[in-house]
Amino acid sequence: MHAEHVALGASFTDFAGWQMPVRYSSDLAEHHAVRRQAGLFDISHMAEIAVTGPGAAAFLDHALAGRLSALAVGRAKYSLVLAESGGVIDDLIVYRRGDDDYLVVANAANRDAVVAALTERAAGHDVALDDQTDRIALIALQGPASAAILAETPGLEIEALESLRYYAYSDGAFAWGDARTAVMVARTGYTGEDGVELYLPTEHAAALWRALLAAGQPHGLVPAGLAARDTLRLEAGMPLYGHELGLGIQPVQAGLGRVVVTAKDDFVGKAAIERGPAADAPVLVGLAAEGRRAARAGYPVMHGEQVVGEVTSGALSPTLGHPVAMALVHPDHAAVGAVLDLDVRGSRIPATVVALPFYRREA
Amino acid sequence: MSVPDDLQYTAEHEWVRLEGDIATVGITQYAADALGDVVYVDLPAIGAALAAGAIVGEVESTKSVGELYAPLDGEVVEANAGVVDSPETINADPYGAGWLVKLRIAGDPALLSPAEYRTLIGQ
Repeated sequence: MHAEHVALGASFTDFAGWQMPVRYSSDLAEHHAVRRQAGLFDISHMAEIAVTGPGAAAFLDHALAGRLSALAVGRAKYSLVLAESGGVIDDLIVYRRGDDDYLVVANAANRDAVVAALTERAAGHDVALDDQTDRIALIALQGPASAAILAETPGLEIEALESLRYYAYSDGAFAWGDARTAVMVARTGYTGEDGVELYLPTEHAAALWRALLAAGQPHGLVPAGLAARDTLRLEAGMPLYGHELGLGIQPVQAGLGRVVVTAKDDFVGKAAIERGPAADAPVLVGLAAEGRRAARAGYPVMHGEQVVGEVTSGALSPTLGHPVAMALVHPDHAAVGAVLDLDVRGSRIPATVVALPFYRREA
Repeated sequence: MSVPDDLQYTAEHEWVRLEGDIATVGITQYAADALGDVVYVDLPAIGAALAAGAIVGEVESTKSVGELYAPLDGEVVEANAGVVDSPETINADPYGAGWLVKLRIAGDPALLSPAEYRTLIGQ
């Protein structure tokens, strides 16, 4: 895939050992294309770990925060790997491909930590783990024109695409020349737009990438990089590991309490989750400001002369036209409507606590 | 990557056009491309006395913040209101409409030639 990105003129950055395309043309153009037409992301760096065997469902119930045994075949669920401390080792998506067959998709930077945690937790379970990251490519097609582009991509066959629900997947296939490969088409994504994520063997990814780009061109599809992906997910209020999520943050602090099923008999981190974070532990809020100066991760959030929190992600929202930020703030200052100050390199920018997400697409 | 021959440069990726004792200053195309889409510019006030190397403003993109350094000693005689209103001009035309400030210079500036700057950015 790297050659495809070079040919498209991408700028690159190193990320978790991968050379990642940051942008092809302009962050803003790519961002707007995803909101208005469609964008194509190569996110093959994401970690794919197959979990199979008669004990797979019970194992995942133990190893993860959610109740994956209740997940229907063909569906996907957002979940968390918790530490015993109740902090987050990673957030991930789990697809159930069969009664005894799951695919866990984790962040690239946390691949080793997730594999290590799952391997340790697999003891005593009749389950096999297979880290397939290097064999599986992942292409995300996101934006309102996604369905039309999929339907018009030559060689791409997807069962019942029209009725594919959000957080579900369909088994598809892609054929070109003499080659044919299976493609898992999942109606998931990380941009706040409708779209799909396409999983397929690495060696076939470039052909599908080219076919999608060609079919999408009349619809305004552009290749999009990590920079646009970050502003899109921030507008959509989606947490990013290392920013809104981390080992020192319990899920409830990040607004993800619903992801943790405490009714389960046992799972790693349960005791700590039941104790909960300290009463004054910071909680995640959305902040909206006026003007054009954005607060960045790490900038202080102030109330008067008092530091009451820290920005975890911030940018000038391309869609909304004003700065937005997510921040972990003291619970006394977390109510929607609270007015705080962002310390932007020494200047105070007033910001109001708002409900997340900042942007929600029209249904 | 355009590095015009009629300009001089700094190691902080700024360009300088010297006309008599007036220096027009902007950021290079290399810097603009590295920053990405510029969305905010903070320029020094007219009349401000600048010392070479001092941080005098900011050029902020969707992803990062670049500091604007005074390329030489001088007094600000003009700031480009056009780029404050339309920061994207810096990406579109870094050596033209995307200029940032004009300084009345004091003393002899020490700047890089186009060839030296090309070497710096590996071209």
